[in-house]
Amino acid sequence: MADLVSHPDEVKVVSKRFGMGATVIDRYLELDGYKAVQKALAMEPDAIVNEVKNSGLRGRGGAGFSTGMKWSFVPKTAPKPKYVLCNGDESEPGTCKDRLIFEHDPHSVIEGVMIAGLAVGAKSGYIYIRGEYRYLSIIMQKAIRDAYAKGFIGKNIFDSGRDFDIYWHGGAGAYEVGEESALMESLEGKRGIPRIRPPFPAVVGLWGGPTVINNAETLANVPHIILGGGDWFAKLGTPKNGGTRLFCLSGNVAKPGVYELPMGYNLKKMIYEVGGGIPGGRKLKAVVPGGSSCPALTADEIDVGMDFDSVAKAGSMLGSGGVVIVDDEQCIVKFALRTMKFYKHESCGWCIPCREGTDWLEKTLTRFHNGGGMMKDIDNMQYLSENMLGRTFCPLGDAAAMPTIAFVKKFRKEFEDHLDGKPCPFEKAGAQERIPVLAH
Amino acid sequence: MKFSDEFEARFAEMVPHYPTVRSALVPTLLYAQDEVGFLSDAVIAEIAGRLDLTELEVRNVISYYSMLTTKPRGKFHVQVCTNISCMVRGGEEILHHCAKKLGVGHKQTTPDGMFTLEEVECIGACSWAPAAQVNYDFHENLTAEKMDAVLEGYRTKTAR
Repeated sequence: MADLVSHPDEVKVVSKRFGMGATVIDRYLELDGYKAVQKALAMEPDAIVNEVKNSGLRGRGGAGFSTGMKWSFVPKTAPKPKYVLCNGDESEPGTCKDRLIFEHDPHSVIEGVMIAGLAVGAKSGYIYIRGEYRYLSIIMQKAIRDAYAKGFIGKNIFDSGRDFDIYWHGGAGAYEVGEESALMESLEGKRGIPRIRPPFPAVVGLWGGPTVINNAETLANVPHIILGGGDWFAKLGTPKNGGTRLFCLSGNVAKPGVYELPMGYNLKKMIYEVGGGIPGGRKLKAVVPGGSSCPALTADEIDVGMDFDSVAKAGSMLGSGGVVIVDDEQCIVKFALRTMKFYKHESCGWCIPCREGTDWLEKTLTRFHNGGGMMKDIDNMQYLSENMLGRTFCPLGDAAAMPTIAFVKKFRKEFEDHLDGKPCPFEKAGAQERIPVLAH
Repeated sequence: MKFSDEFEARFAEMVPHYPTVRSALVPTLLYAQDEVGFLSDAVIAEIAGRLDLTELEVRNVISYYSMLTTKPRGKFHVQVCTNISCMVRGGEEILHHCAKKLGVGHKQTTPDGMFTLEEVECIGACSWAPAAQVNYDFHENLTAEKMDAVLEGYRTKTAR
């Protein structure tokens, strides 16, 4: 069970029931639980969509697409059943927020799925939880069973004459499955290979039916929007970036943890005030603002509001809310190598630019970090990365290329410091004595 | 091939949740693996038969998911994260410490069949790094000493 933290600047919306025992359905009911879905049952589907559109809620999984807009793409009538799919395959390095939602407030996700279903005319929803989160799938299965027992899901929900079913589904270890089309493949019992789009999931999704896919945090926000109103939610954040965000502070920071802060909260303040700064008298070197696929910002670039548009303007992405803080004792070449090792491991191999690109970049970075780098490698890594951009079916290729380009461009000197067989300047004494971990 | 009653109950409950039986494949494989220890030829044949798939189709899916394995693992699967958030807080040191302590490397099992060590990708414990999972249990904010206690705890668990 993960520890909770708090800070006075927090504005608690999705985290407001954390630590309050809301996994127990009766306790959830005391805390305004299942009120939003009853309100939504009395609303026209278009009114629900418009409320969510007005709220400025944008996808918390990383892409930041307008949730209301996404819902509006689902056709009103369709020959096949429609579905809602909750993406709880949280696996972007630096991100550990959906875990807390499932652990502390699973019913809010169930309610969010139901409201999404009412908005688009779906009769069933699936909550996909990554395989490593076994204890959370147990919590979720109990929450679903309890909601069925109360008659909140199943036949004739809340005596409305409408039916809605919710099922849990588990993964078995694959980052790529967090991508929406690969997620559907995985749920259908296949390898998580992305699908070619168009058609988009809103038109042809799970088992060929129109499907709305939203991140767990996105869906957990929905009941609060229905109860509090879109305008209230929009005002919590910045223009076009409604609400709050669960920011996962990790890395070289004094008080790591998951903090719920308003959209647009200043990154510098987040690191130094909320996170308590860099421990041990060291200095900030870089910040990865939204999970490992987001280009790093240097210490000079952190005076930025943490909303989708401001971070994009600063040349990076708000991503999935994973803020990884890196101090001046860390080697950026090594950091870039570890990032690439991850993407190489997770590339599904379907698209050649991603499969070959991540492999060659990992090989080059490994050689580079071991002192075998050549000057021309530096430009080559950038060139190779730039040629991966936009040339794959899913964004995994981009996710590997974008941070690499930023590391090479912004920290070129550190790459140069590794040239001519010099040992890594950051490697601690005695590191060579470590026993080697066998190759895989 | 015989599974436990618990597995059978879960399987029977899960299959009707989907419009196609194949959809139950990934969670079913993981539950079968939890029970048998790995996905043996017999398990693969059994599950393929139940879900109306060829064994090849099942193997094709198994090879994609990092948690699924066709090779036996130790009783306790020690998975140490060394991804970025863990790395900058000493995740690699924890991995090397475990390797030294257990005398095995990545994806290797101790001779007594007790522990399998694996370096894994992000397990979603970034704010509580460095972290590891032993089977499905999370162990967070680790130090070498804490890791020793964790391993010792599992060792005595079996002695009891």
